[in-house]
Amino acid sequence: MELDGNSLAGDLREVFAADMTGVIFTCAGCGHAGAVATLRVWEPAPGLVGRCPNCEDPVLRLVRTPDRVFLCLTGATRLEMRLETDT
Amino acid sequence: MGIISRGFGGRRRDSSPDLPPGQYLTHDFPVLSAGPTPRIPLDRWQFSIVTETGDKHTWNWDEFTALPAEEITVDIHCVTKWSKLGTGWKGVSLDTLLEDVESAADYAMAHSYGGYTTNVPVEDLLDGKAWIAYEFDGEPLHPEHGGPARLLIPHLYFWKSAKWVNGLRMMPEDEPGFWEAAGYHMYGDPWSEQRYHGD
Amino acid sequence: MKNRRINWRVATVADARWETSSARTLVLDVPDWPGHLPGQHVDIRLTAEDGYSAQRSYSIASAWSEGGRVELTVQRLADGEVSPYLTDVVEKGDQLELRGPVGGWFVWREKQPAPVLLIGGGSGVVPLMAMIRARGQVRGRQPFRLIYSVRTPEDACYADELRRRVRDDPGLDVHFVYTRKAPEGWPVPPKRIDVATINSHGWPPDFQPDCFVCGPTSFVETAADILVALGHDPTKIRTERFGGA
Repeated sequence: MELDGNSLAGDLREVFAADMTGVIFTCAGCGHAGAVATLRVWEPAPGLVGRCPNCEDPVLRLVRTPDRVFLCLTGATRLEMRLETDT
Repeated sequence: MGIISRGFGGRRRDSSPDLPPGQYLTHDFPVLSAGPTPRIPLDRWQFSIVTETGDKHTWNWDEFTALPAEEITVDIHCVTKWSKLGTGWKGVSLDTLLEDVESAADYAMAHSYGGYTTNVPVEDLLDGKAWIAYEFDGEPLHPEHGGPARLLIPHLYFWKSAKWVNGLRMMPEDEPGFWEAAGYHMYGDPWSEQRYHGD
Repeated sequence: MKNRRINWRVATVADARWETSSARTLVLDVPDWPGHLPGQHVDIRLTAEDGYSAQRSYSIASAWSEGGRVELTVQRLADGEVSPYLTDVVEKGDQLELRGPVGGWFVWREKQPAPVLLIGGGSGVVPLMAMIRARGQVRGRQPFRLIYSVRTPEDACYADELRRRVRDDPGLDVHFVYTRKAPEGWPVPPKRIDVATINSHGWPPDFQPDCFVCGPTSFVETAADILVALGHDPTKIRTERFGGA
């Protein structure tokens, strides 16, 4: 089933102290920039993979264990986030 | 563990004393995928083994399916906790494929159409422990389950059985593949419950 | 909203009502609920006695008010693992594990001055309904248009409420798209959402509306592609895919 980065909101919110779906990523594969919410996510999978909507390279990989989270961001050359006070 | 949800059973599953720790027995065959399903026409399919010195051995579909193949029945265990017992496959043993490959490498990286990779010690590919499988349950392997062909290493967690496999790269040192880099265990023995890095 | 990590918490089902024969709204009491923005969702986790657990996301259907409850509208999926439990098994008094509110991108904020175009397919209408309810609550003056695609009239959630809101509020317009069976006297035969519909019942691109599209993946992609083809600014289109067909 194909979803999008909105479905990563809960897992990312548990890790970071702010919503991450509005964060802008730049894809390490093709240079496309967009909101984390627009990543393509396939599930079920052994972990969560957010792929670039432009080139389908994995931008973000998230694996949950009962007491740890692994977040692999090598598919993003950078993240850009607004410093806002709400949410 | 969270609160128990009154009356929730989830999908059909049983527990069984013969399963690795933490696993549930399933009667269906869940499809897990971290990306779009590649569609590879058989006339373009190939499987390659590249050694650490750059020697390359390649088989196209006709050459590959002409190799001696085995029919095997194995149990498979997914890191997401489902296990399926007595699954039937047909495939070419890695012993056959590696027979004429000269390599001193201890590790191999399997790679797949679509970009997936997973690492495995060469020792775990030999001596009847691994196959490139192209039939499941007597039928050609369906793309959603990894067809035309997938790696099959039943003694390790099933993420090591790379779907849509198209080659092995021999490597002297162990390197993490797709899920291993993301936090899964480098080796993945279900009986030692090696799910994640650090287990 | 405090900026700190969130955790799972236990909600109690205070009430439940059917929206259609297969969609049920659960009204939840969630202790220390920090409030939520329209468009946000929660994750629900169920755990069986043997420890097996399953988790899904559900959009919040209600607008938030101080001390208020949280409403989710769940569409029963025939082969679903979690949704049939929520529609058919859960009763008042039952507890659910919940994480949220989460999601800050697919959200309408009342300070956004632009007109709003909402396009929902099936259960994709749920977060859009939260936006309509929130606008009603704050008496927002931004005009809203909703294009809501359903299979048959019986599958439309919130039909009476939408009718009432449209009647009472000149700034809200709702247009239904029926894909399998239309009501008696409907001017067009059943069809999927298309350029003509969005062109006629959406906002012209030079109004620069904020667009929110939600529903099954293929519906979202079709509708978003149409919006772009009609000339809408892609940066003003926000999408949420629900999976499924």
